[in-house]
Amino acid sequence: MPTDPNNNSAVVEAANLDLTFQTNDGPVHALKDVNLTIDKGDFVSFIGPSGCGKTTFLRCIAALETPTGGTLTVNGMTPDEARRKRAYGYVFQAAGLYPWRTIAKNIKLPLEIMGYSAAEQEERVSKVLELVDLAGFGGKFPWQLSGGMQQRASIARALAFDADILLMDEPFGALDEIVRDHLNEQLLALWARTGKTIGFVTHSIPEAVYLSTKIVVMSPRPGRITDVIDSPLPKERPLDIRDTPEFIEVAHRVREGLRAGHSDD
Amino acid sequence: MTSGLKAFWAVLTVLTVIVAFWYAACVPMNIKGVLTEQERAGAKVQPPSAKDRRDMSEFGLVLNNSFAIPATWEQDRPRLPAPHQVAIEMWETTVQKKITSKRSLIYHGWVTLSATMLGFAIGTGLGILLAVGIVHSRVMDLSVMPWAIVSQTIPIIALAPMIIVVLYSVGIQGIIPKAVISAYLSFFPVVVGMVKGLRSPDAMQLDLLRTYGASRSQGFWKLRLPASMPYLFTSLKIGIAASLVGAIVGELPTGAVAGLGARLLAGSYYGQTVQIWSALFAAAILAAGLVALLGLIERTVLKRMGMAQ
Amino acid sequence: MILVIGAILLWLLGWWVNGRLASGPYADTRIVGVVAPLIFGLTIIGMWELLVRGLEVPLVILPAPSVIAVRFVDSLPILWADFVQTIVKGALSGYIIGCGAAFLMAIAVDRWDFLRLGLLPVGNFVAALPIVGTAPILVMWFGFDWHSKAAVVVVMVFFPMLVNTVAGLREATAMQRDLMETYAATYLQSFLKLRLPAAMPFVFNGLKISTTLALIGAIVAEFFGSPTLGMGFRISTSVGQLSLDMVWAEIVVAALAGTAFYGAVAMIEKAMTFWHPSQRG
Repeated sequence: MPTDPNNNSAVVEAANLDLTFQTNDGPVHALKDVNLTIDKGDFVSFIGPSGCGKTTFLRCIAALETPTGGTLTVNGMTPDEARRKRAYGYVFQAAGLYPWRTIAKNIKLPLEIMGYSAAEQEERVSKVLELVDLAGFGGKFPWQLSGGMQQRASIARALAFDADILLMDEPFGALDEIVRDHLNEQLLALWARTGKTIGFVTHSIPEAVYLSTKIVVMSPRPGRITDVIDSPLPKERPLDIRDTPEFIEVAHRVREGLRAGHSDD
Repeated sequence: MTSGLKAFWAVLTVLTVIVAFWYAACVPMNIKGVLTEQERAGAKVQPPSAKDRRDMSEFGLVLNNSFAIPATWEQDRPRLPAPHQVAIEMWETTVQKKITSKRSLIYHGWVTLSATMLGFAIGTGLGILLAVGIVHSRVMDLSVMPWAIVSQTIPIIALAPMIIVVLYSVGIQGIIPKAVISAYLSFFPVVVGMVKGLRSPDAMQLDLLRTYGASRSQGFWKLRLPASMPYLFTSLKIGIAASLVGAIVGELPTGAVAGLGARLLAGSYYGQTVQIWSALFAAAILAAGLVALLGLIERTVLKRMGMAQ
Repeated sequence: MILVIGAILLWLLGWWVNGRLASGPYADTRIVGVVAPLIFGLTIIGMWELLVRGLEVPLVILPAPSVIAVRFVDSLPILWADFVQTIVKGALSGYIIGCGAAFLMAIAVDRWDFLRLGLLPVGNFVAALPIVGTAPILVMWFGFDWHSKAAVVVVMVFFPMLVNTVAGLREATAMQRDLMETYAATYLQSFLKLRLPAAMPFVFNGLKISTTLALIGAIVAEFFGSPTLGMGFRISTSVGQLSLDMVWAEIVVAALAGTAFYGAVAMIEKAMTFWHPSQRG
């Protein structure tokens, strides 16, 4: 689905967003008074300790959770309408590939559901496999691949249909540092090539700073935004940008934000 | 807690639907017999000829003779007795009969239960011993274990009639032959489950004991045996159910006079359906009670060992 | 006496060979895994033969394996007819109807939460009951022929199959369900593409348990009445006539049928759930 051309700057708009879960131990304030605008083409990272609502916010955008207060629009629609129009691809913490399908068939899964023709499916699969550097692995089963390759396949799966928002919930959290660096680099290249809007949940400060144009710092109880940092880093980012003073300064500000959130409780 | 309440209502609803369906089913099931009886008693039945009725569908007969519906729940020997008939029969043969009486369901239940328990104890004991042997001896593992597994796919209960007769011919009768059947039916599930349990500690836990220089028997008592408990209880529950079936089936071939299986068989010979159903329910209650008892022991033991979730 | 000593020697020989195999360098190979139990089984049969002959055990107590084998070969037509009556007509048709019905019911139970809450505890309860006991009732209702046997089998396999399939349909993880949600998949799509394949290992577990139950149900139901045909009928009448060689021949048939039935289901399982960790080996 192409974005509504009349609304091409703000993709996600949240105003005074609230979400309270009713649990056996009483209400839990997962999100409180969240205001945020994500523009088209932004790479936005959400960072904060567990329980700060970063994943919950991402799930709200994806209409996997329903806010209890405030307004939230995706491409000018409610999240649920956007979901029905297949406005986003979601990448979970684990690859979650179906073990009974080959990599290619896994990537075809959303395409089958959305009713693409067989020829189109083939074409898109080979295109995205190329994009995530997995060409030639389409015939393998997920359990025959390494964790990093599986996660790349799951990103390919999210890219296969024309969603222009990519929501990623700690996609590299379970991978080791070296694989992670490599995937971060690839993700940036992918983002530059596709121009997608990306929401990215992480708890790694270097990862957030390295990837994002905008870093949203959150803190728990109640889950809220404590700082929004627009990254001064250039769009072109080699891995060694992480040693530059600018990078270190942004990272420092994020760390301060996280610390401030912590001292509140 | 509200979810527990919801589940309770759901179960209650399902049970109500089952009972209602049961009553409804009694009407067409019993209508032919009822109409024959009613005709003999002088009532006007549509159609009047028994031959015509035989060819008619049950539902047509019910529509033609709706006056007979209540009688379908009160027949003496119905094809399908109504729930309350079974309940009354069970009440009369348990609470209102002396337990020494040959008509007491408690007496028959006890005959079956004692054989079940004896067989279960033997089968479980031997099963655990064999499992220990298999885990500690590579030879036994290689030679015996495949047969124990294959035995699970074979209806070994088919041996039951022969065991009864053969033991009878060498002068053994009464509780022992039934217990033998119960024993071998519970034996194999226990062997397979217990072997799995004794093998359940992972390599890291075994390596840890090796670093302590623990002996084989220490490894057994301190690691393998405790780790096997959840598996043991799972297979005990399967084993006790199998034991009960074994004891019941063991009562069939010789036309035994006592036990729930004998009640089932006698009921089926003489068309005493109410008796069959009450014996069946007694067996069900017995099975449920035994499994529940094992569940209770399981929880207590596992809690003591700090393994209960 | 010589035969008895022979039996003991045979036992020692079998055990010694297996002991060598077990401690030898090929102990973990496939071949030893097949050969060792075979040697054990043959040793037992050999001892059985020698002991029965040596101790002159009467036929009415324990026939020698050779006698059983002769009886088996001589009675092939009867055994085949009994096999068709009990296994093919009774057990197999009941198995297909029972498992099929349980599978459809499981889909309904999975779809409506209320049914799951209400029916699953009842199903779990019934699965542990001695259901063979319904045989006399069902024989009364459906007559002596194979229909009543199939009915017993239906009742026996229904609940284990139901419980397993329902568990399987709930096997898909929350994350996998969320993924389907983000694709705005319909109920049917997420059922066919996610929950059904994910349930397959559980479905096959139910199917495997049910193979044995089906044979038990079909054979035991014949103890309550049957035409003059069928494995259960043959066993109970042959026991009455003390022709134990015939009983053993029927038991051999039951064993072969049970293993073959289970093996067939297990092979289909291997082909269909090759992706599951338990099958990847």
